[in-house]
Amino acid sequence: MIEILSASALATVQDLGRTGALRWGVGTSGAMDPLALAAGNILLGNDEGAAAIEVPVFPFQVRFAQDCAFAITGADVAARLDDEALLPWWSAPARAGQVLQLGLPQPGPWRASRAYLCVAGGVDVPPALGSRSTQLRGAFGGHEGRALRQGDSLRVGSTNGEQRTTGIGLVPPALALPLHVDDLPAIRVLPAAEYANYSEASRAAFWSEPWKITAQSDRYGYRLSGTPLEAVSALEMRSHGIVPGVIQVPPGGQPIVQMRDAQPSGGYPKLGTVIEADLWRLGQAPIGSRVRFVETNWDDAVAALAQTRRWLDEVRRLVELHRGSR
Amino acid sequence: MTIARASISVLGTSALLFEAPGEMALESQQRIWALAREAQGWPEVREAVPGMNNLMLSFASAPRTLGDLEARLHAAWLVAKPLPLEGRVVELPVVYGGTGGPHMGDVVAHTGMSIDEIVERHSAPLYPVYALGSHPGYCYLGGMDPRIATPRRKVPVVSIPGGAVSIGGAQTGVSASAGPSGWNTIGSTSMHFFDPAQDPPALLRPGDSIRFRVEKVIR
Repeated sequence: MIEILSASALATVQDLGRTGALRWGVGTSGAMDPLALAAGNILLGNDEGAAAIEVPVFPFQVRFAQDCAFAITGADVAARLDDEALLPWWSAPARAGQVLQLGLPQPGPWRASRAYLCVAGGVDVPPALGSRSTQLRGAFGGHEGRALRQGDSLRVGSTNGEQRTTGIGLVPPALALPLHVDDLPAIRVLPAAEYANYSEASRAAFWSEPWKITAQSDRYGYRLSGTPLEAVSALEMRSHGIVPGVIQVPPGGQPIVQMRDAQPSGGYPKLGTVIEADLWRLGQAPIGSRVRFVETNWDDAVAALAQTRRWLDEVRRLVELHRGSR
Repeated sequence: MTIARASISVLGTSALLFEAPGEMALESQQRIWALAREAQGWPEVREAVPGMNNLMLSFASAPRTLGDLEARLHAAWLVAKPLPLEGRVVELPVVYGGTGGPHMGDVVAHTGMSIDEIVERHSAPLYPVYALGSHPGYCYLGGMDPRIATPRRKVPVVSIPGGAVSIGGAQTGVSASAGPSGWNTIGSTSMHFFDPAQDPPALLRPGDSIRFRVEKVIR
């Protein structure tokens, strides 16, 4: 068991998301930084999609009620196990009774806002509709369908008695797969159906100006602030399926990027979609920070997805090499 | 005779959106259901999700090129026959206006009708469930009287409660749980639309129908 000691809100149990339930109105949920979740699981010898704790507010403390290998990925949160400082993107063993503290995200070579606490065997909450991710709107999945609270205890999944190697770390994807424009994190976007309905000046501004992530941003969506986007004509759309990454533009002209807890359908006009391969970059961008959008095309977007897949495959190969050498 | 061509666009590398041409009507929606049933069997498709006169195909993995899939979709649409789904009718008692219908005034202002006229027109039809979406168990309904159509709100409301009956553009619906919405809430009802432990988890499915019964009108 892992016991939650912090009263800080908004930490949730997430895996790689819920697929196949869109037809009942159920969105995907899942980790805002799926690369960090998958890599943390690979470090521990888990399936890539094992459930972990996503932590967006710090400090955050847990007590291990059992011996347990764990890994922390995502933001560098100056983690400490009792008094011992831990490296980011690293796996370590905990003994029963030890307390793990995640501190504030550190300024450094990469800036991120969410940490993932992965455990060997995964966080063992009951799957709901095929996933362990928390469905906040539907109040199911994850731990009792809600964010974690002080005093909650989470079961750790079985590793079938298998010892999991620890003491392995990774270079984070923010450094291994960097993408910047004018020193700001860059996010690639494929234009969507209503792209042409925005004025030429607005389209140019979307690609050339920085966009600030406002305080009204969360797992549901990122509300951005910048020069308002002007529609050539007001469109009243029919409701249709949407996915995380879709950039909707309400009539006020300030775009909203749909994130992992987004509704599976909507009706606001769509300027574009953040490509699947870059959703983690936006998911890690802190509130108040600025990002740039870069236009891409289908071939490059598919190639980017293959590139993140290759990175994960390489991580798995290195971890298995290390394990084999022990 | 000319046939308006459907439009196909991408939603990143995660999905593709097919939008049928023409007006929203039950017969066209029945063809969308037929197209969804067909496309669900295609290897690229993880899930075929009907919307309002449109269909989203989420990808199992992003195809290298889209041309073949787009051509198959256009061809399948041209031969899609309306799929008649005859489901059950669920009656929902609604309290219109008052604190449960905070945007009734906006619908009055936009349509120029009285509250009573709006209630009469909203509660008259039998609304077929066209599609599910938005949030777990939520139903998109067809058949609203176009005279009470009211544009979505300029800024979405942070949270409306479960059971909120609302109008967005030419559509109406009932929220299944509390959450943000860009629609105009004109009344409230109470009903459990979703239970993840059930199979299927949603109370209603495309082809079922909803009737709104006027329980009370607060003017």
